Amino acid sequence: MSAAEEVEVVTEGQAVEAVPKRAMTLGYGTSLVVLAALVLIPLFVKNFIIFQMTMLLIYALAVLALNILTGGSGQFSLGQSAFYAVGAYTSAILMEHAGMNYALTLPIAGIVCFGFGFLFGQPALRLSGVYLALATFALATAMPQLLKLGYFEHWTGGVQGLVVTKPDAPFGLPMSQDMWLYYFTLVVSIAIYVASVNLLRSRSGRAFMAIRDNEIAASAMGVDVALYKTLAFGVSAGITGVAGGLGAIAVQFVAPDGYTIQLAISLFLGMVVGGVGWLPGSIVGSAFIIFVPNIAEGISKGLSGAVFGVLLFLVIFLVPHGARQVAIIAQQLAAKLKKN
Amino acid sequence: MELFANQVLAGIATGAIYACMALAVVMIYQAIDHLNFAQGEMAMFSTFVSWQLMQWGVPYWGAFVLTVAFSFVAGIIIERLLFKPLAKAPILTNVAGFIALYAIINSVAGLIWDFTIKQYPTPFGSSPFLGSQLISTHQAGMIGITLLMLLLLFFFFRFTRVGLAMRAAASLPESARLVGINTSWMIALGWGMASAIGSIAGMMIAPVVFLEPNMMLGVLIYGFAAAVLGGLSSPFGAVMGGFLVGIFENLVGTYIPGVGNELKLPIALALIIVVLVVKPAGLFGRAIVKRV
Repeated sequence: MSAAEEVEVVTEGQAVEAVPKRAMTLGYGTSLVVLAALVLIPLFVKNFIIFQMTMLLIYALAVLALNILTGGSGQFSLGQSAFYAVGAYTSAILMEHAGMNYALTLPIAGIVCFGFGFLFGQPALRLSGVYLALATFALATAMPQLLKLGYFEHWTGGVQGLVVTKPDAPFGLPMSQDMWLYYFTLVVSIAIYVASVNLLRSRSGRAFMAIRDNEIAASAMGVDVALYKTLAFGVSAGITGVAGGLGAIAVQFVAPDGYTIQLAISLFLGMVVGGVGWLPGSIVGSAFIIFVPNIAEGISKGLSGAVFGVLLFLVIFLVPHGARQVAIIAQQLAAKLKKN
Repeated sequence: MELFANQVLAGIATGAIYACMALAVVMIYQAIDHLNFAQGEMAMFSTFVSWQLMQWGVPYWGAFVLTVAFSFVAGIIIERLLFKPLAKAPILTNVAGFIALYAIINSVAGLIWDFTIKQYPTPFGSSPFLGSQLISTHQAGMIGITLLMLLLLFFFFRFTRVGLAMRAAASLPESARLVGINTSWMIALGWGMASAIGSIAGMMIAPVVFLEPNMMLGVLIYGFAAAVLGGLSSPFGAVMGGFLVGIFENLVGTYIPGVGNELKLPIALALIIVVLVVKPAGLFGRAIVKRV
């Protein structure tokens, strides 16, 4: 407040709670049960529900990406919607303008977003905690306006956006488009999930976590902090980009106003609800952001935002570790019941 | 040259909006070391309260005073109820809390007052100021109020016991506690003051951008940009940052072809990132030294 004030000494608090590596994944048995449910349920439900389940997986991927960034390397992002948008547009433009096969556009969307995220990670390197949240927040609010720009209108379709054709099931499989897309998304999601788990168990994953827990100690141990921080941004953006591409195909439409700050906030909330740093929580968080607004609207139409916010506060206060905590409590209860 | 001078003047006029908001942002940052993403929504809600009071027949300045008092108390209550328990939680939890607050306030305001755009009165009139077409009496009044607030804040922090205690609590909480300052209540006081300043900002901004539940999003981003440019640790810097951002926005719009209203937010983004990368402490802020 005055120039004469002395230099402040700041010992920075932890941005994100540390989660041990082993606690980041599910055991084999549980994983198989979840997988079986994901494979079997679509066979018995209506097309609309299959579509919702596809979106569930897609958002789960995006939340997973954020989880790698925040839970893994301890960096914030309120700007995931920007990467999601870039992925979606990359896929849509390649499919509609270049006539490319939808499956081939996904890796390209991932690579484009990896590059974008890696570049954005460069200035983000110098920012931590709340500053990074601010910069990414600004990125997310600016993105729709960038997409509407006149210069790119030929490619992006401007405000109108682009319509994407939904792929048919290949090889004459007797499946509806929705169901085929669901299984396609499921395979992509599982591949990315397994890759992410392995990434976090690898040398790079340990480097991420070392940076998250103590940056100074990490650099003292020889971790290239700058490289791994930007890498985390790149990987996270890349996965978000693939999710965005899948989202564009599933929704059959991309438009600037589909990728506002609301989406970024939703993804962030999904991560908090699912448990920061707990990868299986991503799907729980994704379910929260897809279904809870509907439930909230059911409770009170005008107040859906308020119900959403109140639920979030409840989560923060009662189960600050999100779904991970619930899972642990359930496990302990089960163990107790077994004993009796 | 005349075009340039005119654009600068117009920039100062819009900059006053950002300066008001930035002042509130800096206030809360001083108290709790976080950027409150719900700040804009809190200001919006206060503005609606004052509008409602006027609808009930309270005169402008009566409503003004009541609203500032209401916002002050509401700010303290929010801190006591929702954020005091989170004081020791990781930053991430706090950010989630701000976002939850944002959603709640936005939705409640929409339910009570709906999403139609409303006119909001100004006490200063909106005729041209001193015969200039570029700056209206309202904008001049807004600049005056902003500078007055800045002056009052300066005196408060410089010459009162409470102000000194707040500064102590913000810069070295542990030592402050040792000399008998109730740091926890200082934080609550910071919330109250930020909320009150935000309500004044809202009431000044509303005649320009019109009253509706989403009026603050763009303003908040620019308020952040202004606060970052001026330095998050300096109220004076925040106000100067606000004016500079306003001038910058106008000049870029005038002299760089192809930059119109549609690029408003990307400009704010670019500004925030450039400042944070080149000079993270801002123009007037003090550099933070980290203990290793």
